[in-house]
Amino acid sequence: MIAQKQILLLISLTGFSVASIVFSLLSGSVNITATELAQSIFASESSLNSQVLQEIRAPRTMAAFVTGGLLALSGAIMQVLLRNPLADPYILGISGGAAVGALSAILVGATGFWLSNAAFAGALFSIFLVFGIANKFSNWSVTRLLLTGVVVSAGWGAVINILLTTSSTNNVQSMLFWLMGDLSQSSVNPAHYLLLFVGLVGGIAVSRSLNVLIRGELLAVSLGVNVQSLRLLLFFSASVFTATAVTIAGSVGFVGLIIPHMLRLVGARDHRILIPSCVLLGGSFLVLADSLARTLIAPQQLPVGVVTAVIGVPAFILILRSTIRK
Amino acid sequence: MAILTIQSLNLQIENKVLCRNLSVQIGENQRWGLLGKNGAGKTTLLHALIGQRHASQGSIKLDGKSISDLKQRELASKVGILFQQGIEALPATVFETVMLGRHPHTQSLLWDDHKDIEIAESALAAFDLDKLKERPVDTLSGGELQRLALAMLLAQTPQLFLLDEPNNHLDVAFQVKLLSILTNKVTETSASLIMATHDINLAFRFCENIILLLAGGESLVGRSVDVLTEENLSQAYGCPIKSVSSGDHRLFYPA
Repeated sequence: MIAQKQILLLISLTGFSVASIVFSLLSGSVNITATELAQSIFASESSLNSQVLQEIRAPRTMAAFVTGGLLALSGAIMQVLLRNPLADPYILGISGGAAVGALSAILVGATGFWLSNAAFAGALFSIFLVFGIANKFSNWSVTRLLLTGVVVSAGWGAVINILLTTSSTNNVQSMLFWLMGDLSQSSVNPAHYLLLFVGLVGGIAVSRSLNVLIRGELLAVSLGVNVQSLRLLLFFSASVFTATAVTIAGSVGFVGLIIPHMLRLVGARDHRILIPSCVLLGGSFLVLADSLARTLIAPQQLPVGVVTAVIGVPAFILILRSTIRK
Repeated sequence: MAILTIQSLNLQIENKVLCRNLSVQIGENQRWGLLGKNGAGKTTLLHALIGQRHASQGSIKLDGKSISDLKQRELASKVGILFQQGIEALPATVFETVMLGRHPHTQSLLWDDHKDIEIAESALAAFDLDKLKERPVDTLSGGELQRLALAMLLAQTPQLFLLDEPNNHLDVAFQVKLLSILTNKVTETSASLIMATHDINLAFRFCENIILLLAGGESLVGRSVDVLTEENLSQAYGCPIKSVSSGDHRLFYPA
């Protein structure tokens, strides 16, 4: 049942998202005040500061939000699909495939457009590889899918290590940034927003079925869920969300694993609430992490993936402790 | 009118034949016991009735329509099952869990209908769980979990109740209570039920009709008084079973 408390959670997460975006827009090496921010949004004046906002900070902030939202959404779906609390967006090897694509691109000196496309192609290849190996339509077992994904993942890991150990020092630096997740080169286009929106709406549309599926396959069938087609839908949608997220920002760790868990721990177990909450908290969490990544040791930048772990681990442990005490 | 019609059904797992040429007609307001020794195919037969086992031959019809032609959701709105292993103790509240029983009937994508909430609440009350409504499921005892699974089945309001060893984890008082709740429900809604059990005495007392699965896929179908005899049961279980009678009652025990 959707209680008032859960509606309240959604409202506060929406507020938190807006606050994190404003915080991100205001932080950086150029000092911009809230008044200037408002001016640059509502007035069409083209000062240096509004240029910084519109051309540098806003695209990066929105890239962080979309990436975080997609990752948390994908993580929540994978956890239902695999019925495993350790499942995250990368567990089926999608990020490994993307990494091999991206690192190969870096190796041959590609940047920007080609780097992204190589990553996306690697991710897609990995999705179909895992699906092809795991799939027997008549008997599409979750264990089989999970094992295939983990093994394919390990395979990609080996290729990544080969690429890292045989590359020049210069390349290794950018490869490591990519692997840890980095938003400094990121931008989003309308297709990314659209995907996040479709994921949000589609996720809410199947959320009742997710509530049943997480209780077990047989029970879900007996309650009228078409498990086979729902699983296919979940596998491919979560895969595309992950592939898109790693294409934007590299493999940012942690968001997809812990955001859904955090939300469940504070009571958002019903997917009708969990799905939109994941998008909001995943997005704002990554926005905040990225603001810190670019300001903590400025002018140097940290990979955002490092920051997500540094804030995420203690935050998660705190929530876990407080819910155990109850 | 027949709710369920099973016609010349053959079921097998790998090479083992569990059912051969089974034909049963189950009408409104009937209670059927499903007996047979371990591995005889009781669970497999129940799973076939919710479309989870494909028959190698024969047909299963619900209200005259073959169940393979029904959408999963349509089937679930008419046939409900209590699984042998009950439900898993996941971190969710009792009420959230019992509401899942309404899944095949829910209309709205987001909001819970008042009618659904009422049905779920009265199902909880029927099994004395109304006071535990907000309790996390993973803090319940085995018996409470089983009662919750039964409440969920009740909330599903099926026409055909399938029960796979419903007495698991239940104390004697609740075993009797369970049967009277189910009897009332079946009468009230002109439904019917099939209960797989190892308790021959309970089956005799509670079910007017019996499907007794024998070795090699053969089966006996008929009224309890006719099917539940020393001879048939001894053959089915492969061990001598005796009975004592007093009036209409019959008590079975292994000799």
